[in-house]
Amino acid sequence: MNKLDRDERLVKLALLVLAFSAVAVLAVITVFIFGEGTPIMFKHGLGKFLFGSDWYPSEKSFGLLPMIVGSLFVTFGALVIGVPLGLACAIFLTEFSSRRLRRLLKPVIELLAGIPSVVYGFIGVVILVPFIRTTLGGPGLSVLAASIILGIMILPTIISISIDSLQAVPRSYREGSIALGTTRWQTTRMVMIPAARSGIIASIVLGMGRAIGETMAVIMVAGNAVSIPGSPLSPVRTLTSNIALEMGYASGEHRQALFATGVILFIIIMVLNTIATVTSRRARGKRKTAA
Amino acid sequence: MRPWKLSLAILLFACVACSRGPAGRQFTVAGSTSVQPFADRWAEVFMQKHPGLAVNVQGGGSSAGIQAAKSGAAQIGMSSRELKPDEMELNQIIVARDGLAIIVHPDSPLRNLTLQEVRSIFGGEIRNWKVLTRLDREIDVVTREEGSGTRGAFQELVMGKGKRISKRAIVQDSNGTVREIVANDPYSIGYISLGLVSGRVRALTLDGVKASEENILSKEYPLVRPFLFLTKGPAAGPVKDFIDFVLSAEGQELVRKEGLIPAGEGSPPAGSGRSHE
Repeated sequence: MNKLDRDERLVKLALLVLAFSAVAVLAVITVFIFGEGTPIMFKHGLGKFLFGSDWYPSEKSFGLLPMIVGSLFVTFGALVIGVPLGLACAIFLTEFSSRRLRRLLKPVIELLAGIPSVVYGFIGVVILVPFIRTTLGGPGLSVLAASIILGIMILPTIISISIDSLQAVPRSYREGSIALGTTRWQTTRMVMIPAARSGIIASIVLGMGRAIGETMAVIMVAGNAVSIPGSPLSPVRTLTSNIALEMGYASGEHRQALFATGVILFIIIMVLNTIATVTSRRARGKRKTAA
Repeated sequence: MRPWKLSLAILLFACVACSRGPAGRQFTVAGSTSVQPFADRWAEVFMQKHPGLAVNVQGGGSSAGIQAAKSGAAQIGMSSRELKPDEMELNQIIVARDGLAIIVHPDSPLRNLTLQEVRSIFGGEIRNWKVLTRLDREIDVVTREEGSGTRGAFQELVMGKGKRISKRAIVQDSNGTVREIVANDPYSIGYISLGLVSGRVRALTLDGVKASEENILSKEYPLVRPFLFLTKGPAAGPVKDFIDFVLSAEGQELVRKEGLIPAGEGSPPAGSGRSHE
């Protein structure tokens, strides 16, 4: 009995250690990034880092504004393309298609998530970029190209989580609405979507997280120029691309500045996630009080 | 399995995953992505001659190569730019010279630029092709990323001190992708290693001088940079054998075929230790 007790405790301890190792990794990464990145930000002045538009590391000029703006533009563009498409697809599959079609299409859509990002980037370079260059002008490597590629890449996230949350709405909601004589579209618009709102917001947030963090595909199609893009056809560099492009060559302060880029990225993602969690929680809270 | 055995097994697994088997007869050559394809070629032939010896060739860039040579992570670092004063502690061996070619799309009407025009295009003063040709279209300038040896050499040889490459330039992280973009975009201009110029892009003449081996050797073509091997202290053992092979007539002939310019004036004596003391 005593021995069983001891075994039990050992297992518990081992699992505890393993469980905390994941949290520990996050802690180590956070400490490391901030430890490497913040000193240089304060040395050269926080304002210069955040609002300077000159990025010439070899001349000790580290302005991150073009990359911050670039990341926001590209992510916003991806949402503009990905959210309507993804939501429409999720609504069609849950509310308007037959169960069989949904069973066939959902796994196929989820397969999209399994395609490596470098493949998306390659397709972007080979097909999308020349298309943009010949039809719309500019170098082709652009905000637009990056937004389209990222918009497609976030589709599976948005679609599958939205489908799950639409399906999680209790049957009685739909039946009650239909019983009142509404059409399917009215039911979808006025009952199903509001009821599934927190899940839909969560899907958009996760999609946004993927878009802002994506690196490889963006490097390949965005052109990576360090200037604030003047139009959707201008090349752009994102924060993640900045790190990945230059880390191989960076040393000394340049390397620290790349860590500082990581710090900014970290903060942006934290802020976005917090906003998203709060809004989705608020939406959920509202529904509870309404019901 | 008993629970404590399970915990032990997990720990053991972690330990095994962390450690690697002992290194065999091998060494690492790392650094400049411009030198890498040629180092690959040298390593391939060298390994055929010395079975059982493995030469690991890795990219990473000039600065990474210099760092790796300093820290001992690589036995040989490769650099495609001159060393900075604080990097001079390393032992340098010039293994080849490389021309920088200014390239445009094969359909471009452009054949020649002056060095001043190249400077103005990359500096962002000349933004439209109509200044130079019959085309009326914005110039898509393609450059390399900060820290790249090729960019470093271009900055030094073309732009000079204090003149920046335009912020609006598209940035790519290898010679290959620069070439790929220029090969596909009729309105672009870029610069790559002369050895990597292929039929899909056109190398421009500079002030009327063609980027060719003769013109580089005669110093008429101005855009030339050294390819360096860096070692920490004098090389010994298989590393020395490899460097000797690279500098031998055979090693130099290998890269000449690929478009590089041999290291020395004339051919360096085969197997001589002179150049890396």
